[in-house]
Amino acid sequence: MSSTSSTSKMVAPHSRFVSVPSLETVAAWLLAIIWVFPLLYAFWAAFHPSEFMVNFSLFAPLTLENFTDAWSQAPFARYYLNTFALVTGVVIGQFIVCTLAAFAFARFPIPGKNVLFMLVLIQLFVFPEVLIVENYAIASELGLINTITGIGLPYVASALGIFLLRQTFKTIPRELEDAARIEGCNWLEILWKVYVPLAKPTYLAYGLVSISHHWNNFIWPLVVTNSVESRPLTVGLGVFSAPETGVNWATVSAATLLSIAPLLVAFLLFQRQFVQSFLRAGIR
Amino acid sequence: MTLNAHRKMQLYGALLLLPAALLLTTFAYLPTVTTVINSLFLPGFRGEPAEFVGVENYQVLFDDPTFWQVARNNLIYALGTIPTSIALALGMALFVNGKLPGRGFVRMAYFTPTILPMIAAANIWMFFYAPQIGLFNSLLDSLGIPGVNWLGDPSVALSSVIVMSVWKEAGFFMIFYLAALQSIPPELKEAADLEGTSRWSFFWRVTFPLLMPTTLFVLINALINSVRVVDHLFILTKGGPNNATNLLLYYVYENAFSFFDRTTAATITVVILIVLAVVATLKFTILDRRTHYQ
Repeated sequence: MSSTSSTSKMVAPHSRFVSVPSLETVAAWLLAIIWVFPLLYAFWAAFHPSEFMVNFSLFAPLTLENFTDAWSQAPFARYYLNTFALVTGVVIGQFIVCTLAAFAFARFPIPGKNVLFMLVLIQLFVFPEVLIVENYAIASELGLINTITGIGLPYVASALGIFLLRQTFKTIPRELEDAARIEGCNWLEILWKVYVPLAKPTYLAYGLVSISHHWNNFIWPLVVTNSVESRPLTVGLGVFSAPETGVNWATVSAATLLSIAPLLVAFLLFQRQFVQSFLRAGIR
Repeated sequence: MTLNAHRKMQLYGALLLLPAALLLTTFAYLPTVTTVINSLFLPGFRGEPAEFVGVENYQVLFDDPTFWQVARNNLIYALGTIPTSIALALGMALFVNGKLPGRGFVRMAYFTPTILPMIAAANIWMFFYAPQIGLFNSLLDSLGIPGVNWLGDPSVALSSVIVMSVWKEAGFFMIFYLAALQSIPPELKEAADLEGTSRWSFFWRVTFPLLMPTTLFVLINALINSVRVVDHLFILTKGGPNNATNLLLYYVYENAFSFFDRTTAATITVVILIVLAVVATLKFTILDRRTHYQ
């Protein structure tokens, strides 16, 4: 083996490529293995009979029984449907409400605009889940308990969405707007034909962040729902796997994978877009 | 533009804002105000009107040792998760930013926990922590070391919860450091190499100070998360044993929906809101001094 000794670390750069892995590489990989291990373990537990939970034998038989068990013991199909409806509804609602508000903040002479904008930004800190008690009272006044609307509505006017779209709209040159006006477009047409198409990357980024947030959200959906008809996947999974229910662990493992699978697959396929979106939404 | 047209623009603007304003009022401002009001009243029995008691609810809360235990837990939780996950995130970003074989896989490994729901992450860690059949104790057992009751022993439980949170959070912060590292001009490194600066002092003298805005940003996010995210407690410990892992927001949930004591819940919520207000002030004063948006 043509490995170099540790003292020759500073020699010509090409020798680095044939050397034994550096301490840094080893550390990076070790950390990576520790970081994926829990997930790999969940896969192991889900695809093997429960007696192999802590018995890592290469010849352990593979099985899908845990998945069929989970699927038959809890209404996961319904949970999927609920989560799907919730996420779609929230994102569409956010796109509409935040677009209108962001457009107003970016282009209209509203008195006290800066104060109003600061008021909106408060919601970056005071989330619906912090106010669960009062929001529960309000949701029940509005008859929204145990509805998917009730889970989603408090998140529709999102400060993050308004903020990101306002920033984007402000970068769009006024000349484009004027051109559209000469063509005879009214304000809503200008918004729809000029601003929205040019803000597509922002919509994509914000949409991905919002989808993963609402797919994963737990405490508010838990509080506001009380039956299978409206529970999203996270709450369904929480109810199903609560330790006191005594469900078999291999089954819990399978159920966990079932609930994370769509998002996980989407992430693995579109890694770059996900990471870019989180970055874009984070830099604020 | 005529005055009339200006008026019209104002009206349009107001109409565009209306849906967001209505929703924010209903689900953010109104509940904030009623929370504060509720914390100053005692509910009347049998339909009698609520009685104004001033700060009495706060006195009761501050005399409650459980509240202080929960507040201390939350502080320990914040101190345990934040510096560790920030340091790990920075380390991960430095690893992944360098020439590393299998960089794509390593980066994915670090980031993946971020996109899992907290509930799913807690389920997975439950397999590790469970006393009899859990993986950790099985491994210890095979080495002949007596097992630890990771979530049942009050002196270990909070640390176990912290470890899980760090695992969940570090990868998220890594991407911000990674983006910041990639924006550092390579000339700085070249110049330092010419000067013969060691990697260690280059990191502390150049890289780390340049990353300061990112560190502040990440710190603020981490602070918010440490009071806002309590989902994992529902699976791992339910705040137990004996409140050893209870956190403020979970305590609010318990008071409101298990003990049906909305007044105490409102009072604790105000404490959380004050913490968040401090974080917000920190953000708008320290962090935004560097970034100007117009």
